[in-house]
Amino acid sequence: MRIAVCIKQVPDTESRLRVRADGTWIEEDDLPFVINESDEYALEEGIALAEKTGGEVVVFTVGPARAAEALRKALALGAARAVHLADAAFQRGDASSTGAALAAAVAREECSLVFTGSSSDDLSYGATGTVLASALGWPHAWLVMGFSLEEGGTSCRVVREMESGKNELLRIHLPAVIEVQAGINHPRYASLKGIMAAKKKPIVEVGPGDLGLDPSAVGAAGAAVELLGVHAPSAGGGAQILPGDPATAAKALVDKLRNEARVI
Amino acid sequence: MATAKVWAILQQRDGELHRQSRETVAAAQELATLVGGTVDAVLLGSGIAPLAATLAGQWAVERVLHADHAALATYTPGAYATALAPAIREEAPAYVLFPHTYQSVEYFPRVAQQVGGAIVSAVGSFRLADGAIQWTRPVLGGKLQADVRVKATSGGATLASIQPGAVSADRLRAGSGVAAALPTTALDSWKPDREILGVESAAKEEVDLSKADIIVAAGRGVGGADKMGVIQALAEALGAEIGASRPVIDNGWLPRDRQIGSSGQTVAPKLYVAAGISGAIQHLVGMKGASCIVAINKDPNAPIFAIARYGIVGDLHEVLPALTAAVKEAKG
Repeated sequence: MRIAVCIKQVPDTESRLRVRADGTWIEEDDLPFVINESDEYALEEGIALAEKTGGEVVVFTVGPARAAEALRKALALGAARAVHLADAAFQRGDASSTGAALAAAVAREECSLVFTGSSSDDLSYGATGTVLASALGWPHAWLVMGFSLEEGGTSCRVVREMESGKNELLRIHLPAVIEVQAGINHPRYASLKGIMAAKKKPIVEVGPGDLGLDPSAVGAAGAAVELLGVHAPSAGGGAQILPGDPATAAKALVDKLRNEARVI
Repeated sequence: MATAKVWAILQQRDGELHRQSRETVAAAQELATLVGGTVDAVLLGSGIAPLAATLAGQWAVERVLHADHAALATYTPGAYATALAPAIREEAPAYVLFPHTYQSVEYFPRVAQQVGGAIVSAVGSFRLADGAIQWTRPVLGGKLQADVRVKATSGGATLASIQPGAVSADRLRAGSGVAAALPTTALDSWKPDREILGVESAAKEEVDLSKADIIVAAGRGVGGADKMGVIQALAEALGAEIGASRPVIDNGWLPRDRQIGSSGQTVAPKLYVAAGISGAIQHLVGMKGASCIVAINKDPNAPIFAIARYGIVGDLHEVLPALTAAVKEAKG
């Protein structure tokens, strides 16, 4: 069984983010980049399944040259090889153009199952994996918190999160796209052996032509949605910040809670 | 140019409208006012024609369109997309608004892919700018907001999901329209590719946080299961229940029945102390109904401060013990 895992390299949102002077996006120069959180869980799910079934994982990403680092990490964790949609034409797409490009890349590798994260931590459309499924004509599930392959290997059981703390149990026929939530498993750490082995594993760069795609149909050119700019959220009144050292601030807060808000 | 149609997709289960359905109709009415368009509400399901007729008598909409078919009795993304995509191709609405729910966001990108429409999810607000609708939505974990626009050259419909509370249901204008059936012939040959086996509770034991008066909630900033003591001590001093944001649960620092947010519990205590929680939208929807929110975070730009009444910027491992001591002292 050949399993595709689609990942994205994103800025570490725990780090300090600065809006660029022109307001179009954030300063990326000194920013640490990591594998998107839910994609790490997708990788673990795919690699664990490949180990169990004797299959292989092919990892895919759309991203500039720096994204090769994320692919190398995926290879160190146990993926067999990587496909990098690194061509400039693929970059800065929206969910539609990126999902379509990934679908073409996955179809070319003849995978029968795709794992990916439910949402990216940067643009957070939560839609790319679903577009990918639709473009392939495959069923999918989003916000998946449990996965197992059924006997015979032609269908899988999926636990999908619903709202209000409920889960839906599903059977989905393969091929399918499974969009996982963070928390579905416990992602492994790369071993030294894995890191060494990854150095010899192939990362293949593909361009639009390799996938039979018109460069104007992918990336920013093929996107329907354009990003105009980013800004800090408008503080809805905002919190009254209590200044001073922890003891001073804590005393002031308790006073406010007792005498102003009257909640304790 | 023909008048732009704005569609509001309603979400229902067993004939009960999801609470965000009315907000979505209100959003569609406001959007239609901006673009000079008309509003249609759209209801998918089985045996929902009477509900569509009732709603058509209540709301200021042109039509309540309903796709009524046995294949839509229970939601699956494949059947819903198969019902909606041909309707969008036929009727050519300029905008199709969905409630931003786990259900809608699971299937609407599939519809968009099938009709060549643009995808804009998690919309918090929208406005008219330079003759086009500009959508504002959170990015980078809610630390920033992005303004996006659908290119004039894109041609297709814009499919957007509207966050809970973005437009209040109180703004829904009453009036009346007509109910009209959408064709469902595409569903006659629809072969289900996803079978529902059951529904279960996500948490093993049920802790009901919705009745708690005071909640102390832990976030990623706590840093580990072995560091939860500061949370516990403050909760004990306040007589509070302990809750958490999603990363705390995913990391196994607390059991899942303590999760607050869109995939956990919705709470409305009189006091909510958020410690080490940055304030991603998924968490905020579960607790913004609290009467008094206190935020403690080392990042002064954390979005949680925008909705909190009081805030302390600092390391929670220093602030919480000080706060626990101050509470004990005040309570004598």
